[in-house]
Formats: sequence, structure tokens, C-alpha cells
Amino acid sequence: MSSPILRLIAQRIALGILLLLAISVLIFAGTQILPGDVAQAILGQSATPESLANLREQLGLNEPAYLRYFHWLGGVLTGDLGTAMSSGQDIATSIKGRLWNTLFLAFWAAIVAVPLAIILGLIAVRYRNGWVDKLISGLALASTSFPEFFIGYLLVYFFAVKWQIFPAISTVYDGMPFGERMQAIALPATALTLVVLAHMMRMTRAAILNVMQSAYVETAELKGLSAFAVIRKHAFPNAIAPIINVVMLNLAYLIVGVVVVEVIFVYPGMGQYLVDHVTKRDVPVVQAVGLIFAAVYISLNIIADIAAIVANPRLRHPK
Amino acid sequence: MSNELEFLSRRVASGKLSRRDFLGRAAALGIAAPFANSLLSSAARAAGPVKGGTLKAGLVGGESTNSLDPALMMTQVPFAFGKCWGEMIVELSPEGKLENRIAEEIGSSKDAKVWTLKIRDGVEFHNGKTVTADDVAATLERHSDEKSKSGALGYMKGIETIKASGKEVVLTLKEANADLPYLLSDYHLIVQPNGGKDKPDAGIGAGPYKVVTNEPGVRHGGERFANYWQGDKMGHADQIEVIVINDATARTAALQGGQVNMINRVEPKIVDLIKRVPGVTIRNHAGPGHYVFIMHCNTAPFDNNDLRMALKLAIDREEMLTKVLRGYGSLGNDFPINASYPLFTEIEQRKYDPDKAKFHYKKSGHDGTVLLRTSDVAFPGAVDASQLFQQSAAKAGIKIELKREPGDGYWNEVWNKQPFCASYWGGRSTQDQMYSTAYLSTADWNDTRFMRPDFDKMVLAARAELDETKRKQMYHDMAVLVRDEGGLILPMFNQFIDATGAKVDGWVDDPHQELMNGYALAKCWLQA
Repeated sequence: MSSPILRLIAQRIALGILLLLAISVLIFAGTQILPGDVAQAILGQSATPESLANLREQLGLNEPAYLRYFHWLGGVLTGDLGTAMSSGQDIATSIKGRLWNTLFLAFWAAIVAVPLAIILGLIAVRYRNGWVDKLISGLALASTSFPEFFIGYLLVYFFAVKWQIFPAISTVYDGMPFGERMQAIALPATALTLVVLAHMMRMTRAAILNVMQSAYVETAELKGLSAFAVIRKHAFPNAIAPIINVVMLNLAYLIVGVVVVEVIFVYPGMGQYLVDHVTKRDVPVVQAVGLIFAAVYISLNIIADIAAIVANPRLRHPK
Repeated sequence: MSNELEFLSRRVASGKLSRRDFLGRAAALGIAAPFANSLLSSAARAAGPVKGGTLKAGLVGGESTNSLDPALMMTQVPFAFGKCWGEMIVELSPEGKLENRIAEEIGSSKDAKVWTLKIRDGVEFHNGKTVTADDVAATLERHSDEKSKSGALGYMKGIETIKASGKEVVLTLKEANADLPYLLSDYHLIVQPNGGKDKPDAGIGAGPYKVVTNEPGVRHGGERFANYWQGDKMGHADQIEVIVINDATARTAALQGGQVNMINRVEPKIVDLIKRVPGVTIRNHAGPGHYVFIMHCNTAPFDNNDLRMALKLAIDREEMLTKVLRGYGSLGNDFPINASYPLFTEIEQRKYDPDKAKFHYKKSGHDGTVLLRTSDVAFPGAVDASQLFQQSAAKAGIKIELKREPGDGYWNEVWNKQPFCASYWGGRSTQDQMYSTAYLSTADWNDTRFMRPDFDKMVLAARAELDETKRKQMYHDMAVLVRDEGGLILPMFNQFIDATGAKVDGWVDDPHQELMNGYALAKCWLQA
């Protein structure tokens, strides 16, 4: 690999880090403008001026904002996310378990969804405009167009309540046997798969169809290659960049955008954790989770960029 | 009742006949299924609890921000789990009587100012230590510390000194209070080793279950504590688990799918559907919780009693009860007390009367609209209820303008700040507690700004009165005052609606809180 490409990659990563810093400022500023303060939110209806003042002092809410930002940033860089204001627990420890759960679910949903979407896309291209293509596109689009809570409830109704094949709630915990864990996540993983399938499938189809118009594909067809061989050897490698982009976007969604599915299936992931703490105005947790989500999003996008660069012969072998 | 049925039900209870066969036989004898079912459960209760198994509850009201510190408990999950691992000083029985727990005896001086708690022998904490008078005193001290964030602080402030000596704890009050034992049954006051001063969220108590798992917002689990002091009455299942399920549909599905044995807060609109599911029993019962609209008595235009009266008469309570609660509640009468309180007296029911409302409205001289703030978080169905109110008031010529406020921040920005809004009260265990929390001039939560020196005097007098008949009359007079001159519009009391799945036995309705006052996991058992 030549040095320009390494430089390009290094550039991307540096940009990513800068972006992350900028986001950290935004997150911090955003959490400061939320109405009400954490002391008020913790005490809720039971707040008296007296207990409010006590709690505010105890939580250090009386320092100026920029000081708190640098304290926080310093902590994050040294791996210390602070303690949750509302429960007093160490944030890094509680996030670890939640993040692992989220990644676990996203991983299995992706393992099913990505190959399935690409294969369906390829099949759709092979039989383009025929009934197979229309059926695949129709079903995938339908499953994406339904709101995810609807798909979730349908799955629960049939698989958990009617036929009782899978549990209705997906509470997982440490030390749960792998088999049980897989059974628990079967329904949420299915729901997520259905939600992200169409986007990737349609993109695969469109990207490959685009390449199929080019002269070299025609040549390959004239050489007498079978339709699948043409797609596999000539069309797919050249269509891979946009497909990777879409796959990464969807992977990011599987990690940061699954709050609704988590709530429906009672899955202890990051989304539910974030929502709980937003309503409690637990600023340190909200900041930490926001930053992690931003980091996930940015790194997946960097990976997509890099993969696109590496996959592109023109960038790989610049003149 | 036929002897044959009784005989059969006992055979089921002892495991010699299956439930299905029993219901079949009952049907053959011409007995309707609900009656046969209730017969069965009373036979099971008579046969005594079954030990073993894992009892699971799927509950709304848990967040990842929860802590095991009893002082900070506010929502349903920590409350219900607390009743499993913690032991109280004194508790309210389902019949509303005082039930002595760690305190074996509670006595007071004649003026109800000095109270003595005698601590029971042989009660053990999960860490193996014996519960002493010092632990009890330390617990009360921690909850009455001004710096503490305890939900019980409000009542505890009335205690002047707490002293432990030998087996006794002596409490001296600032003012006489005949209700002190009831105050001590507050669910925050779980007795902890050294009062929890060393590590408030250690989760070590003297309750029937030891804390095994504590994942806030996800699940909490316990295993039976072998040395629990009244193991015959509580702690029947080997393990208990609370799974946090905040989504109502998911909760119902989990019960139907058999992943949990009981759930709380079944929505009134789906009760009739859930009832039909085989094995599921709806457990609904009256409680002290009430849905309200509150007016500030010191803010124009609500500082005029005629306007307040006009609004009280312009609400159609019956309609609201049927449409918002689907009948799972009872009519309110503009004072915060109902039959679930001791010393309650019936007062004539206020009815929807547009003509009278019109008369009072005219007399008040108010012109233009009245602004009512509402939100979904005020109580379930609050927005619908506000719209019904708007319509029924319109018929009396009163224009109510609705403003829907965001749920986020409703309790900080609207409730107890704005002069007219929808709200909710969970109720308290005694009338004195309810009135002192929200109707005394000096109360932090006087959310109707009801500032009446004469009323304050009545509250204090009733609190110190040990004669029940006199006290009952005093409470009656206070209720009338609030009802006719206060800022409270109370259209309805809601019911607790829980549900249990197949095989759950030992349920006893408890009017104090949902899930048998939180004891469902500790007191119920799974049929063998």
C-alpha cells in the first residue's frame, strides 16, 4: 500500500477525533440548556426548597459551567466518566454492562441482517423487474415502513403470547447461559433485522444495477459468463463502496437508535439507560452516553470511508 | 354451597385433583367458573402456603437511576423490592390495623408526646447481626436528619429526640401526635444495621429475602432468608425476582407468556381484554389515590369561593369515572379522604349541576376564560379528563381554556406553581398525614394554597386527640371545610389494578398500596 493512501486514512482519523471534540462541547452545552436542574429532577414532586438546596450543594452544581466542562473532559480522557448523580454509581461500570448488551444485540442482528440484505439484493438484481425482485423489494420495504414498535408488538403477539416459542421480554443478565441469552434476544434481533433490511437491500440492488450498465459488464456477459458470475466477479466488487456505506450507517443505527425496541422487549441496553437519565437530568451520564454514541457513529463512518478508499482501485493506485 | 364441591376443592388444594378437572366437575354441578375459581383459591389458602419455586413480578416504575437506599425510594419497583428485603418497625395490616414487626409493643404517654417502642427479640439482619434498639434509633435518626434526602423527612421532623436504651427506643415529639405508629409504617423506614449510616445502599435488612441481584432499571432478585423471624407468614417462594417492564403492552405480554407471575398497573382500558385470558386474574381494589384538579385559593380568579364552587359543580364526575377509569375507581367528593382511611365519615356526594354552577359563576363576577394546565403525566388519562371537564363546564356557561404542558418538567414547572392544573395524589395512610402534607398553611406541598388558620388549628387538635369518637367528628368537620371552601376538585379515586398469572395463590387485597401494599412477592406462593 502506498503512502498517499496511509496519509488519507490518517487524515480521516484525525478529522474524526476533532469532530468528536467538537461534539463533546455541543453535548456539554446542550445538557446545560435543559430546563430544570438535576436536583429538581431527582427529587421530583417531593422537592422542597430545603432539600433542593442541600442536594445542589452536594452535587457541586454551583461551579461555573466551563470549569465543569474541563473537569469532565479530563476525566473522560483518563477513562473516568464520573459517578451518576441520581444513584451514585460509577458510570463507567454501569455503562460497560449496558454497552456490552447493546453490542451483543447489534452484533447478532447484523450477522443476520447484513448477509441477508446483500444476498437478497443480489437475487433481486439477478431477477430484476421480475416477480422475485418485486416480491423481495415489496416485503423488505413493507417491513421497514411499519414503525418498529408495531413489528415488535406483532412478534410478541405471535411468538410469545400465541405460540409461546420465545419469551416476551428479553431481560438478559451476567452469567446467563449462552443458549438462553440467544433465545431471549431472538425477537428483538428479528425486529431490528426487519427494520434495517430494506435499506441495505435496496442499496445493494441499486449500486449493482448501476454498475451493470457499464461496458465491462457487457463484455463479461458477451464472454458467456453466467448471470451470477457476472455479478459476483465484476459488478459486486465495483459496487462495494456505497454498499459498505449503507451497511455502516445501519450498523450505527443498530447501536445508537434502538431505544424503542429496547423498551418493547425490556432489553437492558444503552438506549433505555440514556432515556432514564435524561428524564432525571443526570447530566454526567447523559454526557457520557452521548459521547459514546457519537464515538460509535464517527468510528463506523471512518471505517466506511476507509473501506471505500481501499476498495476503490483509483484511490488505491493513484497515478 | 355443596359439600361435594368443598370436598373437591380441598382435593385440588392437596394436589389430588387437577384444577382443570375441578372446574369441569364444578361446571357439571352448575357452578359458574368465577365462583368455582374463588372457591378454589380459598381452599388453597386454607390448605396453607406452598414453599418453593421462583416468584416473578414484572413491574412499571423502575429506572436505572434507582438505588437500594431506602431514603431515596420513590417509585414502585424500589418500593416493592424494599418490602422483600427490608423489615419495618410497624406495618399496616390489610384490614388497616397496626401490625407490630420489629417493634413488639408501642406505647405512648397520655398526652401522645412520648412514645416507647419495645424492640422484638430474635430478629436478625441478613449479615447475621441481631436487630437492636440502637439500629432502630439510628434508622430513625438518619431519616430525620435535615441533610438527608429521605422521603420520610417531612414526618420525621416532628420528632424532637430519639433515644435508645436497652431494648427500648423512646421518641419525644415536638407536638402531640396520636398517629405516630402510622407514620412509622412509612415504607422508607426500613430498619438497617446502624440505620444505614455506614452504607445506605448496602441492601441489608431483616426482611424475608436477601438481596442477590441488584441491577437498577433491569431486575432485582432475592433468595429466601433462612433466619427470617416470621418465616411461616412470609417468604414462601425460594427466590423472588422483580423485572422492570415499564411498557404496558410488554408487561401484559410477559404475564400472558408466563415469564412473570404478576404485574402492576394494568391499564383500565385493557382490563376487560386481559380478564378473558385463561389463568390470569385481575386484582383490583380501592385505594387512597386520587385524580385531582387543583386551584390556588390565594390567586385570582381562584381566590373567589363562588368561582371555586362553580367549577366544583361544573365537573361531571360520573362521566369521568366511566370514561377515564372505565369504572375502576370511585366518585370523589372534593376532599382527599375516602373509605380506605381509618375514621372516615360519609358526606353527601356532590353532583354535576350546571344550573347551580351557573349561579355561582355569575355571583363570582368572573368574566372570560379560565386557564387549566394539563399533561399526560398528571395522571393516566389527564388530558382526556380535562377535555371532559371543559365540555361539562361549557354547558354551565364556564369557558375553560386547556393548555397542554410537556410531561418533562411538569412536576417542577407546573404543579404547585401554576394556579390551576391537573394533578395526582397517591394518598397517605392516615387522615392526619394527608391533611398535614397538603392542606396545612405551612406545608411545602400545600398545592391548593389553602391558608386557613382555623383549619390548621383543627388539624393540630385532631392530631393530639386520643378519643376516637371526638376525633372522627373533627375529621368530619375538616373534610366539610375542605370540600366547601378549599381549592380541590376531586372527581375520582382510582383503584389499584394488578394482575396475577396461573398458579399464584395467597393474594389478599390491601387498600394501602398496589401489589398488596408491596408484599405480593413476599406473601404469595406458587401452587405446587
